[in-house]
Amino acid sequence: MKRSIMTKIVFLTGSIFLAFGILRGEAFEVLQKAIQICLECIGIG
Amino acid sequence: MASIRSIVQLCSAISFNSYWPGFQNGSIYRGPLKAICLPSLNCYSCPGAIGSCPIGSLQAIMGSISFQFSFYVTGLLLLFGVTLGRFICGWLCPFGFIQELLHRLPVPKLQLPHWSRKIKYFILLGVFLLPLLPTATGIGVPYFCQYLCPAGTLEAAIPLYLSYPPIRSATGALFWWRIFWLGLILLLAAMYYRGFCRTLCPLGAFYSFFNPFSLWRIHYDFGKCNNCGQCSATCPVELKVTENPNHPECIRCLRCTKACPTQALTFQIATESKKEVYNVKA
Repeated sequence: MKRSIMTKIVFLTGSIFLAFGILRGEAFEVLQKAIQICLECIGIG
Repeated sequence: MASIRSIVQLCSAISFNSYWPGFQNGSIYRGPLKAICLPSLNCYSCPGAIGSCPIGSLQAIMGSISFQFSFYVTGLLLLFGVTLGRFICGWLCPFGFIQELLHRLPVPKLQLPHWSRKIKYFILLGVFLLPLLPTATGIGVPYFCQYLCPAGTLEAAIPLYLSYPPIRSATGALFWWRIFWLGLILLLAAMYYRGFCRTLCPLGAFYSFFNPFSLWRIHYDFGKCNNCGQCSATCPVELKVTENPNHPECIRCLRCTKACPTQALTFQIATESKKEVYNVKA
Protein backbone atom coordinates (compact mmCIF):
# COMPACT_ATOMS: atom_id res chain seq x y z
CA MET A 1 0.00 0.00 0.00
CA LYS A 2 1.25 3.48 -0.81
CA ARG A 3 2.62 5.36 2.17
CA SER A 4 0.49 8.41 1.51
CA ILE A 5 -2.67 6.28 1.61
CA MET A 6 -1.58 4.69 4.90
CA THR A 7 -0.95 8.17 6.31
CA LYS A 8 -4.45 9.29 5.33
CA ILE A 9 -6.12 6.13 6.65
CA VAL A 10 -4.38 6.38 10.03
CA PHE A 11 -5.09 10.12 10.24
CA LEU A 12 -8.77 9.51 9.56
CA THR A 13 -8.94 6.58 11.99
CA GLY A 14 -7.23 8.63 14.69
CA SER A 15 -9.64 11.52 14.20
CA ILE A 16 -12.70 9.24 14.36
CA PHE A 17 -11.36 7.45 17.47
CA LEU A 18 -10.64 10.78 19.14
CA ALA A 19 -14.08 12.21 18.41
CA PHE A 20 -15.85 9.00 19.46
CA GLY A 21 -13.82 8.81 22.66
CA ILE A 22 -14.67 12.39 23.60
CA LEU A 23 -18.36 11.85 22.80
CA ARG A 24 -18.61 8.87 25.11
CA GLY A 25 -16.95 10.72 27.97
CA GLU A 26 -13.43 9.31 28.01
CA ALA A 27 -11.78 12.75 28.25
CA PHE A 28 -13.76 13.38 31.44
CA GLU A 29 -12.63 9.98 32.77
CA VAL A 30 -9.00 10.90 32.03
CA LEU A 31 -9.48 14.20 33.83
CA GLN A 32 -11.01 12.48 36.87
CA LYS A 33 -8.05 10.12 37.06
CA ALA A 34 -5.37 12.72 36.40
CA ILE A 35 -6.46 15.29 38.98
CA GLN A 36 -5.88 12.82 41.80
CA ILE A 37 -2.47 11.59 42.88
CA CYS A 38 -2.04 8.20 41.26
CA LEU A 39 -0.91 5.87 44.04
CA GLU A 40 0.28 3.20 41.59
CA CYS A 41 2.38 5.78 39.74
CA ILE A 42 4.21 6.84 42.88
CA GLY A 43 4.70 3.33 44.17
CA ILE A 44 2.43 3.21 47.19
CA GLY A 45 -0.73 1.80 45.64
CA MET B 1 21.48 20.46 15.53
CA ALA B 2 22.27 18.81 18.87
CA SER B 3 22.19 22.13 20.68
CA ILE B 4 18.89 23.18 19.06
CA ARG B 5 17.42 19.81 19.96
CA SER B 6 18.64 20.11 23.55
CA ILE B 7 16.96 23.52 23.84
CA VAL B 8 13.70 22.12 22.42
CA GLN B 9 13.89 19.15 24.80
CA LEU B 10 14.49 21.47 27.76
CA CYS B 11 11.62 23.77 26.75
CA SER B 12 9.37 20.75 26.28
CA ALA B 13 10.25 19.31 29.70
CA ILE B 14 9.62 22.67 31.37
CA SER B 15 6.39 23.42 29.53
CA PHE B 16 4.93 19.95 30.14
CA ASN B 17 5.69 20.42 33.87
CA SER B 18 5.11 24.12 34.36
CA TYR B 19 2.75 24.06 37.34
CA TRP B 20 5.34 25.44 39.75
CA PRO B 21 3.15 25.67 42.91
CA GLY B 22 2.90 21.88 42.82
CA PHE B 23 6.61 21.49 43.58
CA GLN B 24 6.38 23.93 46.50
CA ASN B 25 3.20 22.57 48.06
CA GLY B 26 3.49 18.87 47.29
CA SER B 27 0.26 19.01 45.28
CA ILE B 28 -0.67 18.43 41.65
CA TYR B 29 -2.40 20.56 39.00
CA ARG B 30 -6.15 19.89 38.95
CA GLY B 31 -7.25 22.07 36.02
CA PRO B 32 -9.06 21.14 32.80
CA LEU B 33 -5.84 20.71 30.78
CA LYS B 34 -5.36 17.41 32.59
CA ALA B 35 -8.05 15.97 30.28
CA ILE B 36 -5.56 16.26 27.42
CA CYS B 37 -2.82 13.67 26.95
CA LEU B 38 0.70 14.89 26.27
CA PRO B 39 2.49 13.23 23.36
CA SER B 40 5.28 11.77 25.51
CA LEU B 41 5.73 9.77 28.69
CA ASN B 42 5.14 12.33 31.46
CA CYS B 43 3.54 11.21 34.72
CA TYR B 44 0.28 13.02 35.52
CA SER B 45 1.10 12.79 39.20
CA CYS B 46 4.20 14.90 38.70
CA PRO B 47 3.57 18.02 40.83
CA GLY B 48 4.28 20.18 37.78
CA ALA B 49 2.43 18.21 35.11
CA ILE B 50 -0.17 20.24 33.22
CA GLY B 51 -1.34 17.35 31.02
CA SER B 52 -1.85 13.62 31.28
CA CYS B 53 0.46 10.74 30.49
CA PRO B 54 -0.93 8.82 27.49
CA ILE B 55 0.18 5.44 28.82
CA GLY B 56 -1.20 6.12 32.29
CA SER B 57 -4.47 7.40 30.82
CA LEU B 58 -4.76 4.42 28.47
CA GLN B 59 -4.37 1.98 31.34
CA ALA B 60 -6.72 3.96 33.58
CA ILE B 61 -9.49 4.04 30.96
CA MET B 62 -9.08 0.40 29.97
CA GLY B 63 -9.03 -0.69 33.59
CA SER B 64 -12.08 1.38 34.52
CA ILE B 65 -15.53 -0.07 35.11
CA SER B 66 -17.10 2.10 32.38
CA PHE B 67 -14.80 1.31 29.44
CA GLN B 68 -12.76 -1.60 28.10
CA PHE B 69 -10.94 0.29 25.37
CA SER B 70 -9.84 3.90 25.09
CA PHE B 71 -10.77 5.38 21.73
CA TYR B 72 -9.82 8.82 23.02
CA VAL B 73 -6.24 8.03 24.01
CA THR B 74 -5.66 5.63 21.11
CA GLY B 75 -6.99 8.26 18.70
CA LEU B 76 -4.66 10.89 20.12
CA LEU B 77 -1.70 8.50 19.91
CA LEU B 78 -2.56 7.64 16.31
CA LEU B 79 -2.65 11.34 15.41
CA PHE B 80 0.62 12.10 17.22
CA GLY B 81 2.27 9.07 15.62
CA VAL B 82 1.06 9.63 12.08
CA THR B 83 2.12 13.27 12.22
CA LEU B 84 5.61 12.98 13.72
CA GLY B 85 6.48 9.33 14.38
CA ARG B 86 9.34 8.98 16.84
CA PHE B 87 10.31 12.62 16.44
CA ILE B 88 8.35 12.88 19.70
CA CYS B 89 10.88 10.54 21.38
CA GLY B 90 13.84 12.46 20.06
CA TRP B 91 12.68 16.01 20.62
CA LEU B 92 9.80 16.18 23.10
CA CYS B 93 10.16 13.45 25.73
CA PRO B 94 11.43 14.77 29.11
CA PHE B 95 12.56 11.34 30.30
CA GLY B 96 14.44 10.80 27.04
CA PHE B 97 16.15 14.16 27.59
CA ILE B 98 17.26 13.14 31.09
CA GLN B 99 18.71 9.91 29.71
CA GLU B 100 20.63 11.84 27.06
CA LEU B 101 22.10 14.14 29.69
CA LEU B 102 23.24 11.11 31.70
CA HIS B 103 24.76 9.58 28.59
CA ARG B 104 27.16 12.52 28.47
CA LEU B 105 28.82 11.28 31.67
CA PRO B 106 32.34 9.94 31.11
CA VAL B 107 31.60 6.23 31.59
CA PRO B 108 32.16 3.35 29.13
CA LYS B 109 29.66 3.37 26.26
CA LEU B 110 28.13 0.07 25.16
CA GLN B 111 25.89 -1.13 22.33
CA LEU B 112 22.52 -2.73 22.96
CA PRO B 113 22.01 -6.28 21.70
CA HIS B 114 19.50 -6.33 18.82
CA TRP B 115 17.06 -8.69 20.55
CA SER B 116 16.61 -6.23 23.43
CA ARG B 117 14.78 -3.80 21.12
CA LYS B 118 11.88 -6.24 20.84
CA ILE B 119 11.07 -6.22 24.58
CA LYS B 120 9.20 -2.93 24.30
CA TYR B 121 6.64 -4.47 21.92
CA PHE B 122 5.73 -7.08 24.53
CA ILE B 123 5.40 -4.32 27.12
CA LEU B 124 3.15 -2.38 24.71
CA LEU B 125 0.99 -5.50 24.35
CA GLY B 126 0.83 -5.74 28.14
CA VAL B 127 -0.23 -2.09 28.42
CA PHE B 128 -3.22 -2.84 26.20
CA LEU B 129 -4.12 -6.26 27.64
CA LEU B 130 -3.20 -6.46 31.32
CA PRO B 131 -5.61 -3.75 32.57
CA LEU B 132 -8.41 -5.97 31.24
CA LEU B 133 -7.58 -8.80 33.65
CA PRO B 134 -10.33 -9.27 36.24
CA THR B 135 -9.66 -8.03 39.78
CA ALA B 136 -11.58 -8.18 43.04
CA THR B 137 -12.51 -4.49 42.79
CA GLY B 138 -13.43 -4.62 39.11
CA ILE B 139 -10.84 -1.93 38.39
CA GLY B 140 -7.88 -3.06 36.27
CA VAL B 141 -4.33 -2.65 37.54
CA PRO B 142 -2.02 -0.30 35.59
CA TYR B 143 0.92 -2.70 35.78
CA PHE B 144 3.32 -0.60 33.72
CA CYS B 145 2.77 2.49 35.87
CA GLN B 146 2.93 0.45 39.04
CA TYR B 147 6.07 -1.61 38.46
CA LEU B 148 8.04 -0.42 35.43
CA CYS B 149 7.63 3.28 34.76
CA PRO B 150 10.82 5.13 35.76
CA ALA B 151 9.34 8.46 34.66
CA GLY B 152 6.64 8.17 37.33
CA THR B 153 9.26 7.56 40.02
CA LEU B 154 11.47 10.42 38.91
CA GLU B 155 8.78 12.98 38.12
CA ALA B 156 6.12 12.09 40.69
CA ALA B 157 7.20 9.70 43.45
CA ILE B 158 10.44 11.44 44.44
CA PRO B 159 9.13 15.07 44.31
CA LEU B 160 6.00 14.09 46.29
CA TYR B 161 8.04 12.06 48.77
CA LEU B 162 10.19 15.13 49.40
CA SER B 163 7.43 17.76 49.49
CA TYR B 164 4.37 15.96 50.90
CA PRO B 165 5.06 14.32 54.31
CA PRO B 166 2.02 11.93 54.38
CA ILE B 167 3.51 10.11 51.39
CA ARG B 168 6.60 9.19 53.43
CA SER B 169 4.65 7.23 56.02
CA ALA B 170 2.86 5.25 53.29
CA THR B 171 5.94 4.00 51.45
CA GLY B 172 6.73 0.30 51.40
CA ALA B 173 8.47 -2.36 49.37
CA LEU B 174 6.88 -1.21 46.10
CA PHE B 175 8.17 2.31 46.54
CA TRP B 176 11.70 1.10 47.17
CA TRP B 177 11.49 -1.30 44.21
CA ARG B 178 10.60 1.73 42.11
CA ILE B 179 13.61 3.66 43.42
CA PHE B 180 15.91 0.69 42.69
CA TRP B 181 14.43 0.30 39.19
CA LEU B 182 14.83 4.01 38.43
CA GLY B 183 18.44 3.89 39.63
CA LEU B 184 19.13 0.92 37.38
CA ILE B 185 17.54 2.60 34.35
CA LEU B 186 19.50 5.81 34.92
CA LEU B 187 22.73 3.87 35.43
CA LEU B 188 22.14 2.04 32.16
CA ALA B 189 21.29 5.33 30.45
CA ALA B 190 24.80 6.52 31.17
CA MET B 191 26.24 3.51 29.33
CA TYR B 192 23.60 2.79 26.68
CA TYR B 193 22.25 5.66 24.58
CA ARG B 194 18.57 5.98 25.62
CA GLY B 195 18.48 2.40 26.81
CA PHE B 196 14.98 2.64 28.29
CA CYS B 197 13.47 4.22 25.15
CA ARG B 198 14.97 1.60 22.89
CA THR B 199 14.22 -1.49 24.92
CA LEU B 200 11.33 -0.90 27.33
CA CYS B 201 9.24 2.16 26.47
CA PRO B 202 5.75 1.16 25.27
CA LEU B 203 5.15 4.61 23.83
CA GLY B 204 8.32 4.39 21.75
CA ALA B 205 7.13 0.99 20.56
CA PHE B 206 3.75 2.45 19.56
CA TYR B 207 5.25 5.41 17.67
CA SER B 208 7.80 3.17 15.94
CA PHE B 209 5.01 1.70 13.79
CA PHE B 210 4.41 5.14 12.26
CA ASN B 211 7.97 6.12 11.34
CA PRO B 212 7.75 4.68 7.80
CA PHE B 213 4.65 6.65 6.82
CA SER B 214 4.36 9.60 9.21
CA LEU B 215 3.56 12.94 7.63
CA TRP B 216 6.93 14.37 8.62
CA ARG B 217 9.70 11.94 7.76
CA ILE B 218 13.25 11.74 6.52
CA HIS B 219 13.55 11.96 2.77
CA TYR B 220 16.54 10.23 1.18
CA ASP B 221 17.66 11.45 -2.23
CA PHE B 222 19.50 8.49 -3.72
CA GLY B 223 20.85 10.62 -6.57
CA LYS B 224 22.65 13.01 -4.22
CA CYS B 225 24.18 10.30 -1.99
CA ASN B 226 27.92 9.70 -2.37
CA ASN B 227 27.94 6.68 -0.02
CA CYS B 228 30.35 8.33 2.41
CA GLY B 229 28.65 6.61 5.36
CA GLN B 230 28.72 9.74 7.57
CA CYS B 231 25.01 9.37 8.33
CA SER B 232 25.32 5.87 9.78
CA ALA B 233 28.55 6.78 11.58
CA THR B 234 26.79 9.57 13.48
CA CYS B 235 23.55 7.68 14.19
CA PRO B 236 23.31 7.29 17.99
CA VAL B 237 20.92 4.33 17.71
CA GLU B 238 23.29 2.45 15.40
CA LEU B 239 21.16 2.32 12.24
CA LYS B 240 22.25 1.97 8.63
CA VAL B 241 20.52 5.14 7.60
CA THR B 242 20.59 4.80 3.82
CA GLU B 243 19.08 1.31 3.97
CA ASN B 244 16.02 2.62 5.77
CA PRO B 245 16.04 6.31 6.74
CA ASN B 246 12.66 5.91 8.48
CA HIS B 247 13.55 2.79 10.46
CA PRO B 248 11.18 2.09 13.40
CA GLU B 249 14.11 2.50 15.82
CA CYS B 250 15.01 5.98 14.51
CA ILE B 251 14.19 8.64 17.12
CA ARG B 252 14.72 11.39 14.54
CA CYS B 253 17.49 13.21 16.32
CA LEU B 254 18.39 14.37 12.78
CA ARG B 255 22.15 14.05 13.31
CA CYS B 256 22.28 12.18 10.00
CA THR B 257 20.72 15.08 8.10
CA LYS B 258 23.35 17.42 9.54
CA ALA B 259 26.22 15.01 8.91
CA CYS B 260 25.32 14.43 5.26
CA PRO B 261 27.74 16.49 3.14
CA THR B 262 25.51 16.38 0.05
CA GLN B 263 22.14 17.08 1.70
CA ALA B 264 20.83 13.73 0.50
CA LEU B 265 18.92 13.38 3.78
CA THR B 266 16.28 15.94 4.74
CA PHE B 267 13.50 15.94 7.30
CA GLN B 268 10.35 17.27 5.66
CA ILE B 269 6.66 16.79 5.02
CA ALA B 270 6.25 13.84 2.69
CA THR B 271 4.64 14.71 -0.63
CA GLU B 272 3.21 12.58 -3.41
CA SER B 273 5.92 13.68 -5.85
CA LYS B 274 8.84 12.52 -3.69
CA LYS B 275 9.72 9.03 -4.78
CA GLU B 276 11.71 7.22 -2.10
CA VAL B 277 14.48 4.86 -3.20
CA TYR B 278 16.67 3.24 -0.57
CA ASN B 279 20.30 2.31 -0.94
CA VAL B 280 20.07 -1.33 0.06
CA LYS B 281 23.71 -2.03 -0.76
CA ALA B 282 25.14 0.71 1.45
